[in-house]
Order: sequence, then structure tokens, then C-alpha cells
Amino acid sequence: MEKYKMHILICGGTGCRASASEAIQNNLQEAIKAKGLDDEVQVVMTGCFGFCEKGPIVKILPDNTFYVEVKPEDAEELIEEHIVKGRKVMRLLYVDPENKEVISDSKHMGFYKKQIRIALRNCGFINPENLDEYIARDGYAALGKCLAEMTPQTVIDEIKESGLRGRGGGGFPTGLKWEFAAKNIADQKYVVCNADEGDPGAFMDRSILEGDPHSVLEAMAICAYTMGADKGLIYIRAEYPLAITRLKVAIKQAREYGLLGNDILGSGFNFDVEMRYGAGAFVCGEETALIHSMEGLRGEPTVKPPFPAESGYNGKPTNVNNVETFANIPVIINKGASWFNKIGSEKSKGTKVFALAGKINNVGLIEVPMGTTLREVIYEIGGGIKDGKKFKAVQTGGPSGGCLTEKHLDTPIDFDNLLAVGSMMGSGGMIVMDEDDCMVSMAKFYLEFTVEESCGKCTPCRVGNKRLHEILDKITLGNGTKEDLDLLRNLSNVIKDTSLCGLGQTSPNPVLSTLDNFYDEYLAHIVDHRCPAGQCKALMQYVIDPELCVGCTLCARNCPVDCISGERKEAHLIDTSKCIKCGACMEKCKFNAISIQ
Amino acid sequence: MAKVKSLADLKRMKDALQSKMDLREKSNDPEGLVQIKVAMATCGIASGAKEVMEFLIEETAKRGIRTVVTQTGCMGYCYAEPTIEVHLPGKEPIVFGDVNIKKADEIIEKYIKNGELVDGIIPVNYKTLD
Ligand SMILES: Cc1cc2nc3c(=O)[nH]c(=O)nc-3n(C[C@H](O)[C@H](O)[C@H](O)COP(=O)(O)O)c2cc1C
Ligand code: SF4
Ligand code: SF4
Ligand code: SF4
Ligand code: FES
Repeated sequence: MEKYKMHILICGGTGCRASASEAIQNNLQEAIKAKGLDDEVQVVMTGCFGFCEKGPIVKILPDNTFYVEVKPEDAEELIEEHIVKGRKVMRLLYVDPENKEVISDSKHMGFYKKQIRIALRNCGFINPENLDEYIARDGYAALGKCLAEMTPQTVIDEIKESGLRGRGGGGFPTGLKWEFAAKNIADQKYVVCNADEGDPGAFMDRSILEGDPHSVLEAMAICAYTMGADKGLIYIRAEYPLAITRLKVAIKQAREYGLLGNDILGSGFNFDVEMRYGAGAFVCGEETALIHSMEGLRGEPTVKPPFPAESGYNGKPTNVNNVETFANIPVIINKGASWFNKIGSEKSKGTKVFALAGKINNVGLIEVPMGTTLREVIYEIGGGIKDGKKFKAVQTGGPSGGCLTEKHLDTPIDFDNLLAVGSMMGSGGMIVMDEDDCMVSMAKFYLEFTVEESCGKCTPCRVGNKRLHEILDKITLGNGTKEDLDLLRNLSNVIKDTSLCGLGQTSPNPVLSTLDNFYDEYLAHIVDHRCPAGQCKALMQYVIDPELCVGCTLCARNCPVDCISGERKEAHLIDTSKCIKCGACMEKCKFNAISIQ
Repeated sequence: MAKVKSLADLKRMKDALQSKMDLREKSNDPEGLVQIKVAMATCGIASGAKEVMEFLIEETAKRGIRTVVTQTGCMGYCYAEPTIEVHLPGKEPIVFGDVNIKKADEIIEKYIKNGELVDGIIPVNYKTLD
């Protein structure tokens, strides 16, 4: 019989799989076999560890050694050195970028120190395709407790007391929502898990589903019990193949164990889950649009009320929650509302998962208590700005949110504080920008996204966002006027006030918050025809420094539009009105005489 | 796979499965546990470190002591192999030399259980990487 003395955990998240974690697993297994250690070393593929920046990650237990950027060809050395000889492979350990110290235990890394993992508790710890490992970590114990020892109302009360608020963006109190759905009497009710996750740069929900799918199934069953539903639907985008596979495996196993199906745990309660696939439209993440899409109708939002809790899928009472919201539920039931509501800030309890991206050293997935400051997230967990550049802003809430700047760094992050400073929590995307990022272009990027994703049902959103985008485009081309700035603001407010759904109601936020925080940068584009970040191509000018130019004529001979003039051995000059900014001259000049201004 | 028919069933199953995950749970939080490192370089293995390690893993488990047993490379005391380092929570690590099964048993009973020192301590002259 196997008596594992060591476990090797390999990240099987999408990020690390893309960089060959499967090949690493195979090679490790082969090397272990070659040494005859099959019975002593267990190799497990887990979900995402969060530190995707340094992936693929391999963690060896019990000494908790965290290897980063492992390649398939490192497998033999890891087994020979670490497993057989007990020596850490130094070159694969993490080096702290600040003090160059080698850190072997992830707990001591800045990235992990401030994190508390509730929703991600099993990600990077268990094999998501093995229900036994989930059960060993209290899996389905919360469902068992609810069915055997709690009434639907006491479960709802517990969730209400926990203070849990929806993680899908709105932050609506989950317990209250469940209560509404429970109160509506009907012959058929539905529980829906919203796994649409359309924010550019967000991958929180995907990682939970890939790393711990049972936590979501268990929570859906608990929710179904409170409201009297027997059917669950998971709406997931088809571009998440790995999450879909893991969910399918999980559903199959849960049915085999009798944890989904009829008479669960002998309680008489029936519940089963089906999957529904989305085509990847951002607006289909909005709950009414999501429901219509599942019904086979166009994925367009409709007016609320009626709320899904009254009339949702097929006109029946339906409760829609986000993946991360669900992932918190079993822990709240197991550990109690009073454990959960001690974590976090006054009005936002528990933790929040964020996807850190952009110009930050530690790109990855993090989970921190609500109330953690942006400074802690960016500098301690995120390891600061890439290449020692200067921090400029961070966009939270994706296309619906706004940017936060230097002055907001010490703001504790929670639902209400972010709203108060003109941004929002959103689903948890966090994109960090440095001095090289142009804020006008940033706003333009998000508007481009919204224009693309607007369903077109209402005019202010369909036409208004397009106009916003055109004005922003005009400014980045250097043709903006000061009147455009007033127009941007007025139009933004009209779109916000008159749009039907959350998409239109929030899409001008990136424009408004950059106007508020970076007005000077807009002015620089308009008045000085200058992009301070040097990002707007149309505003860049190639100039020759007459001091440095030796008159070799090379640039002139390479300019495709013949706009460089000058005599041999004399300083050359670029006619900026004709220059098409191809960069050829700068590339050719051997004397560094040409620069962009 | 048999169905889980009741909450009691689920609890039984959890208890049975937990031991398979125990190593992972313990390494998640080793600070509060007894940590033993066994030197498993060539010199250590040749002198029986592997058997000692297995003995330590099994016996601490049997005697109900929450322990993490790991292996390390040569600690530099080849003359005294097998060597083990025992780190009780809140105390400085202590290295024992010439540990055979009998000695290991004594270390568990006296030092780990009661904090009594036993013969064979080697003065520590190095620092390990966390
Ligand atoms: C344009 C738009 C997109 C949305 N996308 C998502 C999404 O991808 N995932 C999600 O959980 N909620 C999304 N929501 C929020 C949902 O409408 C709904 O509030 C949420 O799923 C409720 O779950 P919660 O209470 O657990 O947060 C979106 C809302 C809007 C307006
Ligand atoms: S606000 Fe935009 S996305 Fe929402 S319903 Fe109107 S047109 Fe569609
Ligand atoms: S290539 Fe450089 S040095 Fe030569 S003419 Fe052009 S700018 Fe002057
Ligand atoms: S950037 Fe291109 S077009 Fe402009 S001056 Fe240089 S070579 Fe000519
Ligand atoms: S995908 Fe491997 S650490 Fe995130």
C-alpha cells in the first residue's frame, strides 16, 4: 500500500497549463517511477496558486518548498535533488526582487503574507477532479449540516448575519436575496450560478471553478434548499474549456456519490445541476440578459422589476449569484456567521478575490480581507510597479469602474469606499498603470469595449457611448477642443442616467474618473498637442537633434515619404507635417540623433 | 463508488479520507507542530536514515503527536549519521547524532513528549534556509 511521505503539487490552472504543467507532471511521475518511489511520493495537479506571474508553480510538501518557473526538463533534477537527496534546487526558488533574498516557503513571500483564503481555500491545495480530497477538507459538510440540522430560514439568517454581499459587482446582500427567492411560492424554482465573467483581464471566477468546482456545487445546493428549488443552472462562457471540463467531472462525481440527485444524504431533498453555455457577450453577465440567453432568447436585459426572484428563468422565481459569492457559502455555514463577519470592513465582510494585472511585478490572483488598502495590494502583495517605474493609477471594476490614483492609495478597499471615490468594486479586476500609460487612451480602450458589447437596446448606450468614443479618439489624434471636455462630461451623465441596464449606467465611469483625476492630461492633448505619457502616436513627433546629427544622409535615404531634408555633412531636418511616424529614420541613425517628442 | 447516504456516512468518509490529506494540512501550518528533519544524503541513507525516518513518521502518528517529518541534505555531521534535527514549537532546534531506531524511540518519549534532553546532542553550527 502507498504511504506517501511527500506530496508534489503542480498548478493545473489555465496560466500554468499554458506553460506546460502537464508535461512537468508527466516528467515528474516518470522520474519518480525510475527511482522506485511511486509509493512514497504523490503527485497532484491542483488549481491555480495565484502566483501566475511565476508559473508554472510546483510545490513540494511537507517542507512547503515553492518552486517557480519550472520547466518540464527540471523534473529529473527536482526528484534527484529534492526528493532523493533532500536538497532544495536553489535555482528554481523564488528570489525576492527587493532584497534578492531566496525564499523557499511561500508563506514568507510578500505576495502571500497579507492574503486570507476563503473563496480560494482549496485552489492550489486539492486535486479539483477528486471529490475525496474535497470531502477530506470538510466538503459537503456544510450541505449536510443545513439538511440535517438547519431549517431553510436558519440558513438564510446565518447568511444574512455573515454580512456576505454579492461578489458579481453589485454587492447586494446575499442573505436578503435568498430570502426574497424563498418567499415567492411557485411549483418550480431555479438557482443560477453566474460564471459569465466578461470583464477584460478578470479570471477570478474561472480560477475558482477550475480549482474548486465542488465548492460552487455545494453552495448552489444549499441555496436551493433555502428557497425550495430542485434545479440549478451554471451559465458559463464557452471560452472557459478547462473550467467546463472540471465542472462536468465534478457534477458527475457528485451524482455518483449521491451528493447531487434525489434524496441527498437521506434528507429527502432533491437537487441537480446542469450547464448552460454563453457565447461570451459581456452584457449576458447581467442577470436578466443571462436568463433570457438561457431561455434561448436574445441576450438583452429587461426592466427590473420584476426581479429574477419573482419571475426569472421560464418565468419562475430564480436566484442568481456569482461564482465567488457561492464559494464563500460553505465556509460561512461550517465556521459560522460570527467567524466570517469579523473579517473585513464595517459594511463589507469577508474577503475579495482580485485579478492583479498590468504594470505590476506580481501579476496573479489574490484574496485579501475587505478593507485592505490599495497600497498594501500594489506594493506589498503586488511587489510594486514593474521596472521601477512610477505608479500612475489603478483601474478597478473593469469597464464599469474608474481609476484611482496616488491620493487613493490608502483608501481601504470595500464596496462603499470604492463607490465614494468614483470607481467600483466590480467583479475584481485590478489593472495597474504606470507613467507610460496615457489616461485618455485608457478611457478610449474601455469605451471601445463598451461600444462593442452594448446590446443596442437603448439609444443613450448604443449611440452615446459611440459618441464618447469618437470624441476620445479625436482627442488622442490631437484634434480635440476644450468644448469637447464639457461635452464628454455632459454626455456621460446623460448615458448614466438614461440607460436601462448596468452596462450603460456605468460605461462612462472610466471617462468621468479620468476627467476628474487627470484633467491636465486631457488639456495637454488638446492645448499643447502633446501626450505626456508618450503613448498617442498621432501626437508624437520625430525630431533630429542638430547637435548630434553628422549629416550622414542615411535617414533621408530610408524615409518612405521623403520628408527629411539636409545637405551632406550638415544637420538634417524632418518635415513633421509630412512624416508618417514609421520610425525608420530613428532605427537607421547610428548617432542617436533622432528622438520622439 | 458507494453512495453517501447520510450525514453520519459523510463524516465517516471524511475521517477516513482525512489521513490522506493530513500531510498537506500539516505542512500548511508547521509552526505549531513538532518538526523533524532527517539528513538523507548518501552518508545518512547508508547509515540507516531511511529506516529512522519511516520509524519517526509512523511512531509519532501512532503516539498521537502532530509532527512534520521532512528530509534535508547532508547536515555536515557525516561522522555522526544518521542525524536528525528536532524543532519543538517555540524552542530552538536541536540536532541529535547517531540516531538509530532505539535512539529515535528515546527522543520521541523523552525529548518530544516531555522536553527532557537525551544524549547525542550536536552543537548547532549552521543555519538552515527557512
Ligand atoms: C453589464 C453587466 C455585466 C455583468 N457581468 C457579470 C458577470 O460576468 N458575472 C457576475 O457574477 N455578475 C455579473 N453582473 C452582475 C449580475 O447582473 C448580478 O448582479 C450578479 O450575478 C448577482 O450575483 P451576486 O449577488 O452574487 O453578485 C453583470 C452586470 C452587468 C450590468
Ligand atoms: S444599457 Fe446598453 S447594454 Fe444595457 S440594455 Fe441598454 S443598450 Fe443594452
Ligand atoms: S541618420 Fe542620423 S546622423 Fe545621419 S543624417 Fe540622419 S539624423 Fe543625421
Ligand atoms: S518617422 Fe518615417 S516618415 Fe517620419 S521622418 Fe522618419 S522615416 Fe520619414
Ligand atoms: S495558473 Fe498556475 S499559479 Fe495561476
